[in-house]
Amino acid sequence: MEHRETVIEATGVAYAHGREAILEGASLTVRAGELAVVTGENGAGKSTLLRLILGELRPKSGQVRIFGADPVRFRDWGRVGYVPQRTDVPYERFPASVREVVEANLYARRPSLPRFRARSRTAPAVDRALTAVDLAGFERRMIGELSGGQFQRVLLARALVCEPGLLVLDEPTSGLDARAARSFEELLADLRRARPELAVLLVTHDLERLAGLDATLHRLEAGRLVPAVPGPAHAHATARDLKETHA
Amino acid sequence: MPEMLHYAFMQRALAAGLVIGIAVPLVGVTVVLKRLSMIGDALGHASLAGVAAGLIAGLNPVAGAVAACVTSAFCIEGIRRAMPARADLAVAVIMAAGIGLAGVLSGFVPNSATFSSFLFGSIVTVGDAELAVVVGVGAAVILFCALLARELFWVALDERAARLAGVRTGLVNAAFVLVCALTISIASRTVGSLIVSSMMTVPVAAALAVARSWRQSVVVACAVGAVSSLAGLTLSFYAGLRPGGAIVLVEVGILLLLLLVRGIMRRLAHPAREDAAAR
Repeated sequence: MEHRETVIEATGVAYAHGREAILEGASLTVRAGELAVVTGENGAGKSTLLRLILGELRPKSGQVRIFGADPVRFRDWGRVGYVPQRTDVPYERFPASVREVVEANLYARRPSLPRFRARSRTAPAVDRALTAVDLAGFERRMIGELSGGQFQRVLLARALVCEPGLLVLDEPTSGLDARAARSFEELLADLRRARPELAVLLVTHDLERLAGLDATLHRLEAGRLVPAVPGPAHAHATARDLKETHA
Repeated sequence: MPEMLHYAFMQRALAAGLVIGIAVPLVGVTVVLKRLSMIGDALGHASLAGVAAGLIAGLNPVAGAVAACVTSAFCIEGIRRAMPARADLAVAVIMAAGIGLAGVLSGFVPNSATFSSFLFGSIVTVGDAELAVVVGVGAAVILFCALLARELFWVALDERAARLAGVRTGLVNAAFVLVCALTISIASRTVGSLIVSSMMTVPVAAALAVARSWRQSVVVACAVGAVSSLAGLTLSFYAGLRPGGAIVLVEVGILLLLLLVRGIMRRLAHPAREDAAAR
């Protein structure tokens, strides 16, 4: 079997808010080229797990590794593309063009870029990222004029512009209508075909919207990650299997 | 040469007004987009408390204003970080403390005329030394905002994603808070503690009415601030008005004009949609 790099490795992770245990021995492994979906009810601990992986929290016990490093000390964030929940970004009233939002990621990660008059150096990467999310020609549009689905794609383009090795998607279809969610799902599938080495961690409470994904499914239950379908841990299954299992 | 330029005090006032007219809205763009619009009011009142404390202690009141502003700004940032969902509360708490402290200390100030000059400012009494401070601090603020424009954009739009993109958000926020406090301190002395908040937000509101990008917002806000300062000072010279109040009224006038122009342009571009919205 071909050896693939371990991108995320969480082992026996426990976390508690005060006396309330949120995670109790959760384990998760995501390798290069894999799409891992973590699902669970609201309050199951999905956001806590995400914050542990992104180094915003420290586990009470167990360990988390991202590209082999402790996320709290990890500095090579250029290898991680993060797409927040669309509703966490107040884009409707923010005066920024699509180009500015996508371009910002390049400047943050490449300090060597000149701070002024560098547009000609960033334009090819920005254009590539926007083309990858089917938003070519939207560069000058204000983000406040976009639909929810289009802005979700802008956030994806922002994450992709630095060609990361890991893509983290936090509730990517939250608040989208069924058509926009389907479109996002297709886009994700296209992206994985174009970049087969890309690891994707997708956290969602709404698997119905992503029923067609070819993914490794994990469900957070009682503070632990369990395979989403009966069988050995980390068994591969599609979201459609899970939907049927829980029907 | 216009008559007002024959006077050295007006030359100094126009120079100080131009620098403040650019520096305050420049900081204001990030303040407004971080949803901290009231921070100008809070720090303005805190600066008054600092002025009163300085006058009571026999120290330079501007130094007192700077110390009070910087301390208050870091308190706001501390509360904001401790309770991210309650950033507005942090500003309100510091504003209440500033008003209370300024009110109590003002009763002990030996020269109440000096204290009152900080309420509405005294830009036309700015001396050479003060002008040098205003220009120096203003230039530093403009340079800071220009060099860290991309980091400030990130932090205003999406702080968590900014950190994950490699932006040192803690450092950027702390530096911005310091710059904000310094800007408000020098503006309080020249245009007045009660005026500085308006100078920080009204040009930004005008920019948001017409700008189609972050870069345009910054340029328009600074242009509105600079034009309003020069026009307000000119009005105050010829009509005998208070300079700080005249500057803010010109800013409000420009904002209303831009909103009117935007409404007309939208109506011309999409008449049917506007009619439907009106119904």
